[in-house]
Amino acid sequence: MQKINWLSRYGAALLVGLLGGNVLQAQERSSLNMPVGVTDVSQKVFDLHMLILWICVVIAVVVFTAMIYCMVKFRKSQGAVPSGPSHSTLAEIIWTVIPVLILVSMAVPAARTLVEIEDTRDTEMTVKITGYQWKWHYEYLDEDVGFFSSLAADSNAARQLGSSIDPATVENYLLDVDNPLVVPTNTRIRYLITSNDVLHAWWMPDFAVKKDAIPGFINEGWFEVNEPGVYRGQCAELCGKDHGFMPIVVEALPPADYRAWLASQKGAI
Amino acid sequence: MSDATTHDTHEHHDHGPDRGLMRWITTTNHKDIGTLYLIFAFVMLFVGGAMSLVIRAELFQPGLQFVNPDFYNQMVTMHALIMVFGMIMPAFVGFANWMIPMMIGAPDMALPRLNNWSFWILPFAGVLLLSTLFMDGGGPASGWTLYPPLVLQTGDALPFAIFAVHLLGVSSIMGSINIIVTILNMRAPGMTLLKMPMFVWTWLITAYLLIAVMPVLAGGVTMLLTDAFFGTSFFQAAGGGDPVLFQHIFWFFGHPEVYIIILPAFGIISQIIPTFSRKKLFGYESMVFATGSIAFLSFIVWAHHMFTVGMPLAGQLFFMMSTMLIAVPTGVKVFNWTSTMWKGSLSFETPMLFALGFLFLFTIGGFSGLMLAIAPADFQYHDSYFVVAHFHYVLVPGALYGAIAGAYYWLPKWTGYMYDETLGKWHFWLSTIFVNLTFFPQHFVGLAGMPRRIPDYAVQFTDFNAMSSIGSFGFGFSQLLMVYIVIKCVRGGKKATDQVWDGADGLEWTVPSPAPYHTFDDAPVVK
Ligand SMILES: [Cu+2]
Repeated sequence: MQKINWLSRYGAALLVGLLGGNVLQAQERSSLNMPVGVTDVSQKVFDLHMLILWICVVIAVVVFTAMIYCMVKFRKSQGAVPSGPSHSTLAEIIWTVIPVLILVSMAVPAARTLVEIEDTRDTEMTVKITGYQWKWHYEYLDEDVGFFSSLAADSNAARQLGSSIDPATVENYLLDVDNPLVVPTNTRIRYLITSNDVLHAWWMPDFAVKKDAIPGFINEGWFEVNEPGVYRGQCAELCGKDHGFMPIVVEALPPADYRAWLASQKGAI
Repeated sequence: MSDATTHDTHEHHDHGPDRGLMRWITTTNHKDIGTLYLIFAFVMLFVGGAMSLVIRAELFQPGLQFVNPDFYNQMVTMHALIMVFGMIMPAFVGFANWMIPMMIGAPDMALPRLNNWSFWILPFAGVLLLSTLFMDGGGPASGWTLYPPLVLQTGDALPFAIFAVHLLGVSSIMGSINIIVTILNMRAPGMTLLKMPMFVWTWLITAYLLIAVMPVLAGGVTMLLTDAFFGTSFFQAAGGGDPVLFQHIFWFFGHPEVYIIILPAFGIISQIIPTFSRKKLFGYESMVFATGSIAFLSFIVWAHHMFTVGMPLAGQLFFMMSTMLIAVPTGVKVFNWTSTMWKGSLSFETPMLFALGFLFLFTIGGFSGLMLAIAPADFQYHDSYFVVAHFHYVLVPGALYGAIAGAYYWLPKWTGYMYDETLGKWHFWLSTIFVNLTFFPQHFVGLAGMPRRIPDYAVQFTDFNAMSSIGSFGFGFSQLLMVYIVIKCVRGGKKATDQVWDGADGLEWTVPSPAPYHTFDDAPVVK
C-alpha cells in the first residue's frame, strides 16, 4: 500500500514536472526539473531546456519504437527469416540530413539566448564576488560595503560527522548563510567574480547563472531579478573538503528597500 | 630466417605454455596477455565499485554518517581514476589482445614483448595509485580532472599519483602502438581494410586517438608536478600562469578519451547485433566512416566541458555547434544497429541482451549529452548531478555493457564451454533494473539544483538519493553473479562448438573452441 502511494506520488510528480513545468509558480520548486527562475534569462534558458528535452523525447519515442518493433516482429522463435537489406544509400542520407536539420533548429534559439546572456552592457550597478575556501565575499563597488557570507550556524552544527542532529529539523539545511547577498529587483546588475585560492563556481539556479571563480582572473556576467524573494544556490566547482558547505543566498528587495538596507550597512561600518 | 621461423613454430606446438606463475609473468602470447588484462580489469571493477559504494552509502541520507568530507573527495577522485584507467581501458585492451589477431588471421600481436611489458606496468601503476590513499594527507581529492590550484593542495600523494598516471599512459601508448602495427601489417591475405570486422576498425581508430592524446595528458600532469616542486607557474596566476590552461590541456586529452572508452564498445556491439540478428551489419562502410568522423570531431569539442570558465562568445558558439555535430555520426551508428535488426531473425542470448541494453541506455546518455551541448542550458546543467547521470549512462550501460556483452559473446571461444545462460539472463536483468534505479533519478536531482561532488545535500534531494544508493548496491552485488558465471564457465559446462553462435561470422569462429594457444600459424585466406 505504501509502495503504491509512493509510486503514485512520484508518477504524478514526474508528469507535473515534465509536462507542466511552465505552470509551476516560480517559488514552488519542482524537485524533478530545472527551476523556471526569476529572471528573463532564466525563463529563456528554461524554455530552451524544455524545447531540447521535448525534441529528445520525440526522437527517443520514434527510435525506441523502431527498436522494440524489430525485437517483437523479427524473432527467430517466431520463425523470422533474415531477409532485410544490409545497405541503403537513401536511408543513410535521410538519417544524416534530418538530424542536421533538427540540430539547426536547436542551435538557432540557443545561439540567440547565448548572445543575450553574454551582452554585459548597460548595467546599473556592480557587485564583486570572491570565492574563498569555504565562503563567499561580496563587495558593492563604489559603495564601500562588503562582507563575508558563510554557511549558517545551525546547518554547520548539523553537518558535522556524527552530529546526531537530524538535517530535516534544520530550516534550509545547507542552503542558508549568515549574510546573504542583497540586491535590488528590476535592476540590471553586473557581477565580477574571482577567487582568493582555488576554483569555485557561483551557481544561482533561479537566475540561470553559473560562473567560475578563478584566482588571478576576473569573470563577469549580469542578472536582473524580476521578483523580490530569497534565492538559494551552491558552489558548483569542487574546491576542497568543504565544497558542499559554501551555499549562496541572494535576497532580492524592491529598490527602495534595497537603498534603505545599503544605508544601514554603511552606518554599520 | 625461414629456418628459425619453422623451428619456433615447431617448438610451440610441442610444448604450449610454460607451467605455473612464470607462464604469466614471462608470457608473450596474445591470449595470455589478453586474459591478464581482462582479469586485472575485472578486479579493478570491484575495487572502483567498492569506492562508489562508499560514496553512495554516505549519500543515502542527508547529513554525514560514515566518512569525513576530505575522504569522500578522495573516494570520488579514486573511483573515477580507477574506473577509467584501471578498469574500462584495460578491459578493452584485453579484448583487443584476445580478438584482433584472431579476427584478422594473425598468429599473434606484432610486438609480443612490448605487449608483455605494457600489461605488467599496469598492476604496479594500480598499486601505486591505490597506495596514495595511505599517504600523509591522503590520496588525491581534487576529482579525476586534477584541476589546479586545488590539486596542488594534495599532500604527499601528489607526485605518486602523477607518476601512476604517467605509467598508465605509457602502458596505453605501448598497447596502442602494438595494436596499430598488428592491424596494419599482420592481416591475412585478402583481409583488406574494408573487410576488417568493425571491432578491429574501432580499435584501430581508438589506438590512434590514444597515441594522439595520452602524451598531452602526460605533459599536463608533468606541468602540475613542476608547478608543485620546481617553482614553475604554468597554472598559477601569481607567477603569470593560468589555471584555465590546465583545463584546456586536460580536456584536449579528456574528450577524445571519452571516445577511446566508447569506440571499442561500439565495435563489440557491431559484432554482436549482426550475429544474433543473423544478418550482416547494416551499412558497414558508413559505420567505418561514422567512427572516423566521431574520432575527428572529438578533437575540436573539448571546451564544452568548460562553458562556465568565461570563454568569449565566439568560442562558446564554436564549441556548442561542433559538439552538437557529433550527434550526427552517433545517430548514424544507432540507426545502423537498429536497421541490422530490421527483417533479421533475432534471438536473445545474454550477449544480445547486453547489446540491446547498450542500444537503449547508451542512446539515453546520448540525448542528455546533446542537451549538455547547448551552452546556455549547460550553465544550469554544468557540474550538477545531471552531468553525473549523463556520463554514467554512457559509461556504465554504455561502455561497461559493451565489455560485459563481449565477455559473454567470446567466453565460449576462450574457455571451450558455454556459460550458464539462465544465470547470464539474471545478470542482465538485475544489472539493468539497478543501473536505471541508480542513475535515472540523478537527472532529476541535478536539474533541481544538486551540485556534483558533494558529500552531503539539502533535504529536498533525499528521496532520489536514497533510490540511487539502493540501486548502486543492487548493481554492485549483481556483478558478483558475473564472477560466479565466469568461474563456472572456465571450470566446465556444455562443450562449445567451434562456431558457438549459429549467426556468427568471422575468422575467430573458424578455429577450435577453446582457441588453441597458437592460432593461424599458417595465414588463412580471406575471400
Ligand atoms: Cu567553492
